[in-house]
Amino acid sequence: MSEATTPPPPPAATAPGTGAATEELERPDALRNPLRALREGELGEVRVLIALALIWIFFQIRVEGGIFLEAQNLTNLSLQIAAVGTVSIGITLILFLGEIDLSVGSVAGFCAATMTVLSVKHGWSPLLAIGAAVALGALIGMLHGLVVTFFGIPSFVVTLAGLIGWQGAQLKVLGETGTINLPFPGRITDIAFTFYSDTVGIVLALIGIALVWGTGLNTRRKRSAAGLDPGDFRLFLLKSVAVTAAILWAVFGVFNANRGVPLAPLILLVLVIVFAFTMGRSRFGRLVYAVGGNEEAARRAGIKTKRVKVAVFTLASALAAAGGVLLASRLQAVGQDTAGGDFLLLAIAGPVVAGVSLFGGRGTIWAALLGALVMGSISNGMDLLELDSPTKFMITGGVLLAAVVLDAATSRKRATASR
Amino acid sequence: MTTAQATETGAGTRPLLELKGVSKSFGAVRALTDVDFEVYAGEVVALVGDNGAGKSTLIKAISGIQPGDAYQARFEGEQVHLDSPQDGTRLGIATVYQDLALADNLDVVENLYLGREEVGFGAGKNLRLLDEVKMEKHTRELLDELKVRTLRSVRTDVGALSGGQRQSVAIARSLLGQPKLVMLDEPTAALGVAQTAEVIALVKRLRDRGLGVVVISHNLVDVFEMADRIVVLYLGRRTATFDKATSTREQVVAAITGASENGAGKSSARGGEAR
Repeated sequence: MSEATTPPPPPAATAPGTGAATEELERPDALRNPLRALREGELGEVRVLIALALIWIFFQIRVEGGIFLEAQNLTNLSLQIAAVGTVSIGITLILFLGEIDLSVGSVAGFCAATMTVLSVKHGWSPLLAIGAAVALGALIGMLHGLVVTFFGIPSFVVTLAGLIGWQGAQLKVLGETGTINLPFPGRITDIAFTFYSDTVGIVLALIGIALVWGTGLNTRRKRSAAGLDPGDFRLFLLKSVAVTAAILWAVFGVFNANRGVPLAPLILLVLVIVFAFTMGRSRFGRLVYAVGGNEEAARRAGIKTKRVKVAVFTLASALAAAGGVLLASRLQAVGQDTAGGDFLLLAIAGPVVAGVSLFGGRGTIWAALLGALVMGSISNGMDLLELDSPTKFMITGGVLLAAVVLDAATSRKRATASR
Repeated sequence: MTTAQATETGAGTRPLLELKGVSKSFGAVRALTDVDFEVYAGEVVALVGDNGAGKSTLIKAISGIQPGDAYQARFEGEQVHLDSPQDGTRLGIATVYQDLALADNLDVVENLYLGREEVGFGAGKNLRLLDEVKMEKHTRELLDELKVRTLRSVRTDVGALSGGQRQSVAIARSLLGQPKLVMLDEPTAALGVAQTAEVIALVKRLRDRGLGVVVISHNLVDVFEMADRIVVLYLGRRTATFDKATSTREQVVAAITGASENGAGKSSARGGEAR
């Protein structure tokens, strides 16, 4: 679903070849040899979608009563992944740089705790408290980024310190009560418990479909007008039709068939679209990919690489804070272990499973959403199968390991394939 | 990307860049001692010498990355400073480094425009949105002008290109800033036969566009293939200059190894003072 909504031409390696420099028009690699493209890690999102389909089929068969794919459960799944998916957007940005941020869980928890204390104990208005939490996250991220760039310390160590330190700050802010409940119903908890009417769902679907076709056709028209190869029309058609079908199914088959389009996953989707657009189409996005691919080359090209890195760390922690807010909203409370446990693991595992390279410079923001869907589906399915915690942890770890091995294998293939 | 008019070649006219008395020390090591150097528009000057002769140091002094301790410089007749990379860039001096400095994960267009991306107009400019169509179009025009024909698609990742293609991309990239002088550090190192020919043809095309070209190379076959003049450095001094048309490889080798302090060319003949 990603390629077509990511405004083409896509930024990263997943781009099927567009435009031929020679006279003859070459067909895109992806079409000429789809199997090889899959093996070598191109068409990355298609690979993830296939994996997701297999996971869904598996749980649909295994879960009693076939309820996994029912509208009720899929709506629940979308609510479950909103928080972790938002944090994953930030992790994806960090991974583009070839860096890592281990502190996002603690930052999410600390910022959510701060928001709750401000709004419940100090009577701040909910919106102001949320704004303060996100701003606090941004400040923390900037601090991480400055330490990483100006002292040249690996981000692994800096954010490991952050993981421990901000966890302490979370406990400190919560004080002796340990857990603070958010008023329900209330402005903050409403985020996770708002469902829109069928009409809103239809309007959203129409906007989405218009965006997909509008941006796609507009890009093709501009490229043709400039005498450039607009790319394979059938591939464009295939992608656009697939995304249209996905939107229609999500709205009519899932959300409107249950309680309506929920707000929290909608926030995640909008954030993903905004960041995918930024990374694919703006100068800032290009600089991030450049710094992640070859920092020295970027520096020599006059790019202020340190500034780019600090900006990405700032965004990552701000997104972690936003994820913390979404999590608190769903749990209707913030406690000492909020955003603890496997929250960090899942936030990092998602994008990696969805094909964002750990070596930097490759992947798209859509991986944050797809990865959250994959990890969330596995977790949701295992819950329905009533597996115990130890088994769940081991399976989750195995999935992450398998994905990273696949990433390493495809990177090597890509490097050795001298095409 | 307008083609510069071919200017008159060779001696007689005013040099594009003229350096006098360049010296550079690293602690106790004198890398360059009182070197004079000149490049004319529309010629290829090969800078040759053994390892440690000071070729790269001279290039870095010209580009401003590592300014000389003492020097006088004239660019197009004007007295200029070469104290920072920005000085060199402003004058129109571009350098293509040995290790290329390309990002493997970006495609040809993205690498060409790295650090000087074109943004759209109107709202697109405020949001710093990239004008991909403009960049891709210019890239293809530039590569066509340079007759770089082996690239199948300008949207191929640079990491998937051959060494010669990468070198072509690096050279094309240096031309985006409309330079007047292009310096290439070992452009044919580690390339196969066909790829070397490809790069040499490209270097000649830069000259035909009226640019001054400085090439560092160890390979004398390549040097004789592309250069108009050959400047020899020996232990940080300029010891000989050869006109390609009137000299042989043996003479150049002798100058490089220091076997003939008074080589066939017009030697600067300033040697003698022992260290």
